[in-house]
Amino acid sequence: MSNVLVVADHRRGELRDVSFELLTAGRQVADATGGDLHAAVVSGDVEEFGDQLNREGVDAVHTVANGEEFNHDVYVQATEALAADVDAEFIVLPNSVNGLDYAPAVANRLDRPYVSDVIDAAYDGGVLEATREMYGSKVETTVEVADGPFVVSIRPGEWPAAEGVGDASVEAADVDIDDSQVRSTVTGFEEVGGGDVDIADAEFLVSIGRGIEEEENLELIEALVEATGATMSSSRPIVDNGWLPKNRQVGQSGKQVTPKVYLAIGISGAVQHVAGMKNAETIIAINTDPNAPIFDIADYGIVGDLFDVVPALIEEFGGDAPNV
Amino acid sequence: MKVLVTVKEVAAVEDDFEIAGTEIDDTYLEYDLNEWDDYAVEEGVQLSEAGDDVEVVTVTIGPERAEETIRMALAKGADRAIRVWDDALEDAELLDVESKSKILSAVVEAEDPDLVLSGVQASDDSFGGTGVALADEVGFEWAAVVNSLDLDVDEQVAHVRRELEGGVEELADVETPAVLTIQTGINEPRYASLRGIRQAQSKEIDPQSFDDLGLDAAVADSALEITDMYEPESESDAQFLDGSAEEQAGELAGVLRDLGVVGQ
Ligand SMILES: Cc1cc2nc3c(=O)[nH]c(=O)nc-3n(C[C@H](O)[C@H](O)[C@H](O)COP(=O)(O)OP(=O)(O)OC[C@H]3O[C@@H](n4cnc5c(N)ncnc54)[C@H](O)[C@@H]3O)c2cc1C
Repeated sequence: MSNVLVVADHRRGELRDVSFELLTAGRQVADATGGDLHAAVVSGDVEEFGDQLNREGVDAVHTVANGEEFNHDVYVQATEALAADVDAEFIVLPNSVNGLDYAPAVANRLDRPYVSDVIDAAYDGGVLEATREMYGSKVETTVEVADGPFVVSIRPGEWPAAEGVGDASVEAADVDIDDSQVRSTVTGFEEVGGGDVDIADAEFLVSIGRGIEEEENLELIEALVEATGATMSSSRPIVDNGWLPKNRQVGQSGKQVTPKVYLAIGISGAVQHVAGMKNAETIIAINTDPNAPIFDIADYGIVGDLFDVVPALIEEFGGDAPNV
Repeated sequence: MKVLVTVKEVAAVEDDFEIAGTEIDDTYLEYDLNEWDDYAVEEGVQLSEAGDDVEVVTVTIGPERAEETIRMALAKGADRAIRVWDDALEDAELLDVESKSKILSAVVEAEDPDLVLSGVQASDDSFGGTGVALADEVGFEWAAVVNSLDLDVDEQVAHVRRELEGGVEELADVETPAVLTIQTGINEPRYASLRGIRQAQSKEIDPQSFDDLGLDAAVADSALEITDMYEPESESDAQFLDGSAEEQAGELAGVLRDLGVVGQ
């Protein structure tokens, strides 16, 4: 019997969606290995969170009250102690920003292989076959983890959320956090990226990515925006370069947008970008690379050079395309 | 003060490529400095420019070919470089986080830096775990996905911002020595100047084998094995607009009008 431990993710008083996805992924492992599924929640309003995590398929929920918000030193200690307590062979954590901040340390501390950002998993005779992406989502790989215990982190949004109300026990775990081993302190949170426009309100977003190459070339997109009455947004590199302000960034760490039309120009469709725009009603992509992952979620695609297509499009709407 | 920056040479695949077995043939790969590491190098160099007596050392696990990439980091202002390679790594198809963090930890122990900067992730294997695993391995404190750093050397604390999801940043104080994994956007990486490129030629790239670092060959054994590699099946039902650029643009204009987002 191989028990499974999953550790929920929460922020500012709310469990994050991936917490319920972890329960589904964890249950899958537990079913394959014949073990129990233990869910844990660390810090914050653990009693409330604990009740929420008691969904179908969960055998036990363990709570560790310690501070309000995520602190990786606390999470590593708690996860390590709980894994021993509940005899967990397999540990399933979120590949969220918090997960990035502690999952590798958990694996290292427990001396177990770490498979990160897993998008699918299967078990064959106790061996985990994890599906991962490489080379910016251009290929998928099956990765086999030699039998034995492991730590995996799962990509948010890939497993359905566990539903229903379970009949698990929700109990405070007997875990002592050694404060001398807590060497980092969270001192606050800040919202960034306010400003002139809220791209989340826009009906038509023309979004530009690294395909634009140079800041001067943005003029071309500005002309398109002007001719069509659209709002301009972008992928992350454009903001990183300081070409557009942070409030224009679409994605995991930027804004979530749900426009009627999202026109992605010179954007590859990296998972962190897609996280912010996949719920647009209609997605249109212009990209030179026919294999760009953005086409997988697009409703309309143009395989072509933006420097040819965009000027022609501007003219279609009676605008003047600048020479770039 | 010494800053150690982990620098990875990453492979990107060309638009057209073929998979042979569980690999992409070298002819379809282009090698470059990992984007996230570029920002980490810049952060290190900026620290050295701001303070007296700061040495920036890069460390790379990679074959001789990686020296081209390492020279780029040197040209941007790193002082010297360490390149770890060993026969045992020659056959390792997929070096997992555990192997990388164990190898790098030997370098950290030898160099004894005050700060280690690494990229949040590598764009080829995207494990996103080496920096944090390394911190735990050497007993340093750490912070992942750092997009702002204010280092207080006297107090031995790094005031950082961590970029969370949805435009929220976390402010945290981290005891040094620490490993910080650097997010893009923390700074503006410089281009290597001609002078920098010239100077880089004379900077030292120190090759280190497992023996030199007191590592056992077994450290290259990965617990993970790639058993299959394929192009993801497109679930796309995208309608592709064909023809010349003008024809494509014409069709797209029609689509946009039909969807009602562009006036008349
Ligand atoms: C923790 C974390 C958080 C992140 N958060 C975000 C986020 O919120 N938002 C975000 O966008 N990214 C985010 N990223 C970065 C993300 O991983 C990618 O690096 C980024 O989205 C890539 O942007 P891009 O598509 O513009 O560039 P690239 O991936 O470089 O793609 C450029 C595309 O342009 C195409 N192209 C090139 N020339 C032309 C041309 N002439 N005509 C047409 N097409 C052309 C290319 O074929 C390519 O597909 C995050 C990463 C991490 C690790």
